[in-house]
Amino acid sequence: MNKLGLIIRREYLVRVRKLSFILTTLLTPLGIALFYGIIILMVLYQGDEVLKIAVVDDAGITDSLRTDSVGNIVFYTVNQDINDLKSGLKTSNYDAILTIPSISDPYVSNMAFDYFSEKTPSFDTQLIIEKWLENYVEAHKMQALGIEKNKLEALKTKLSIDPKPIDETSKDTASSISAQVGAGIASMMSIFLFFIITMYGSMVMRGVMEEKMSRIVEVMVSSVRPFELMLGKIIGIGLVGLTQIVIWVVLIGLITLITGIFFGVSMLEMNGGNSNLPNSAIGMANTADMETAQLVLTEIQRQKWGLIIPALILFFLGGYFMYASLFAAVASAVGDDLGESQSLTLPIMLPVILAFYLTIFIVVRSPNSTISVWASLFPLFSPIVMPARMAFNPPIWQVLLSLVLMIATTIFFVWLSGRIYRVGILLYGKKASFKEIWKWTFYRN
Amino acid sequence: MTETSILQLEKVVKRYEKKVALDRVSFSMEKGSIFGLLGPNGAGKTTLIRIITTIIGADEGQIYIEGEPLNGEHPAYIGYMPEERGLYKKMKVGEHLMYLAQLKGMPKLEAKNALIKWFEKFEIQDWWHKRVEELSKGMQQKIQFIATVVHRPKLLILDEPFSGLDPINSNLIKSEIYQLHEQGTSIIFSTHRMEQVEAICEHFVLINQGKNILEGNVKTVKDSFKENIFEIVFEGVLPSAFLERINIIEQQATQIRLKLDNSNESNSMLRFLMDNSVKIVAFREILPTLNEIFIKQVNQSNE
Repeated sequence: MNKLGLIIRREYLVRVRKLSFILTTLLTPLGIALFYGIIILMVLYQGDEVLKIAVVDDAGITDSLRTDSVGNIVFYTVNQDINDLKSGLKTSNYDAILTIPSISDPYVSNMAFDYFSEKTPSFDTQLIIEKWLENYVEAHKMQALGIEKNKLEALKTKLSIDPKPIDETSKDTASSISAQVGAGIASMMSIFLFFIITMYGSMVMRGVMEEKMSRIVEVMVSSVRPFELMLGKIIGIGLVGLTQIVIWVVLIGLITLITGIFFGVSMLEMNGGNSNLPNSAIGMANTADMETAQLVLTEIQRQKWGLIIPALILFFLGGYFMYASLFAAVASAVGDDLGESQSLTLPIMLPVILAFYLTIFIVVRSPNSTISVWASLFPLFSPIVMPARMAFNPPIWQVLLSLVLMIATTIFFVWLSGRIYRVGILLYGKKASFKEIWKWTFYRN
Repeated sequence: MTETSILQLEKVVKRYEKKVALDRVSFSMEKGSIFGLLGPNGAGKTTLIRIITTIIGADEGQIYIEGEPLNGEHPAYIGYMPEERGLYKKMKVGEHLMYLAQLKGMPKLEAKNALIKWFEKFEIQDWWHKRVEELSKGMQQKIQFIATVVHRPKLLILDEPFSGLDPINSNLIKSEIYQLHEQGTSIIFSTHRMEQVEAICEHFVLINQGKNILEGNVKTVKDSFKENIFEIVFEGVLPSAFLERINIIEQQATQIRLKLDNSNESNSMLRFLMDNSVKIVAFREILPTLNEIFIKQVNQSNE
């Protein structure tokens, strides 16, 4: 095995074997899943107490022969006097009494329903009761006004703006949903790249500082060239990052699949439970959601993944090497004090943060604006900005130009960092200033 | 450049921004010798070593290893223990040494066998799976030494090897240095501690402010700096005629240190004392220590 290979191997193994690495890699997706799981459960939580409501229906709009149940609430239409019910509530089977006053005017727009109980109903309970009432009131009004259901449905029109290119030869047409999906993908990609660059970049930095501070570096450079050592470290840690990402993607995929199956079943059950409601509002909302989800899915599938994924990989590699090498150079110039590194890392972090904000606030909203185009070409920003723009079908020449500029800059930065690194790692004591660091790059070997 | 030199430097110059770290340093080191690289702190020793180990390059001048101009292949034949020592704290001892040995170009199996031998020799077999950070400082020094010599370097460079070592480890390393010397390893021993060079080295070069100001065989140099100082341990009373005539440096009840104009005078002086019923217990010539020569030379060159 050659020396670079040996260095990469060590840098990789030493990190991958760490307990902390194994734990973060395995537990992060589980933690995220757990977090969302708890949130979903909290949202879905209906309380475990069954609430039995006696409905005194003076309007006669409910069906006295059936009992409706929505979640944990059961509605019983009763033919009892309201005062009897109230006095006997404690000893009866019911938890609450709901009254429906007679509706004389079908044009009434505000109605109040009395609800008697020991405990004030929760917000969720009120919503369910209102929804339940609304269905019956609506059905009653339709009858009273002589409106047929299909006519009422006919009034509702689903609208959407469908942007079309003027030039018909352009293969790709965009829809409003495609813009949203693009924005979603773009934000995710820039968050992802931001995260990668900062997290693994600082891992490189810590590695270099540790090497310098433990003084092993002088032994190392008596066997290998400093540049090999730096490159080996960057590649090794890059592979650590890739390993972590692959494991995360697989784990998150698995968790999504498992929860998908699990929740898919429970969704169906819920719908089944509601199906005895006339005109189920929840059911309607679900179908609308399903349609949107379907559209989003087709939109995601419509993206040119064959182009986006290779570009994403190239920009990831370029961005990582560019910033990791700068982090390595800075780390080599830091003295023995860890705190000193901050003033030197700030100038590196600045463009990363700027690129991230540019993407989130400008590129996602107007991907073809002048700022977006220039930001996606500027090599310090392009690794984060261009992948985000990829979701909006930028002209191919811009992608290629951005790639070429980024690769050239990356090579330059790796070279420059190598020159700083070889001097920096051998100087002990105080932190170097930027002026000194700049001079190092001109030192003869 | 001769067949017998392991290392030869010709007018090596290294400049930093404003300072000249090495100013036309030349010397040659014989194969198989223990060679002292002397100089006060900041004289340029570390810079010189870094140039020999190819860590940095010289601005001018030539360096030859066994007659070959220094190149990228040579580090494999050099073992370097820097003054600033260090290891990867989180690594296991065995793995760490394997890594360093392989970086020196040793095949895996060969490295492993060599390391096992060293572990047996130092009786530290049970350290193999320990993390470096679990070891004491002294233990780490041993590991560092093994790391320096495991690839059987032709040229061993030790920068202040005894600094921070307790006497036991110090002796251990010293005996290992002698053993390697007997096996034919050429050893450069860099230090500012003269007594160590005097005890260990055959040849040396003295560097001050980037220039070599003195070099040669330890004994020859000491001879050339001798000032005909003698020490006599005696019983009896020294005749006053004798005391008046000679140049006394130091005098005690039964011991006197004196300076003669000429070393040939020693016999006649002794004869004179014996004839005057002074009993001679011991007589020896006092040679200057390297330390004295060093301080004298450094002061001279600084003036």
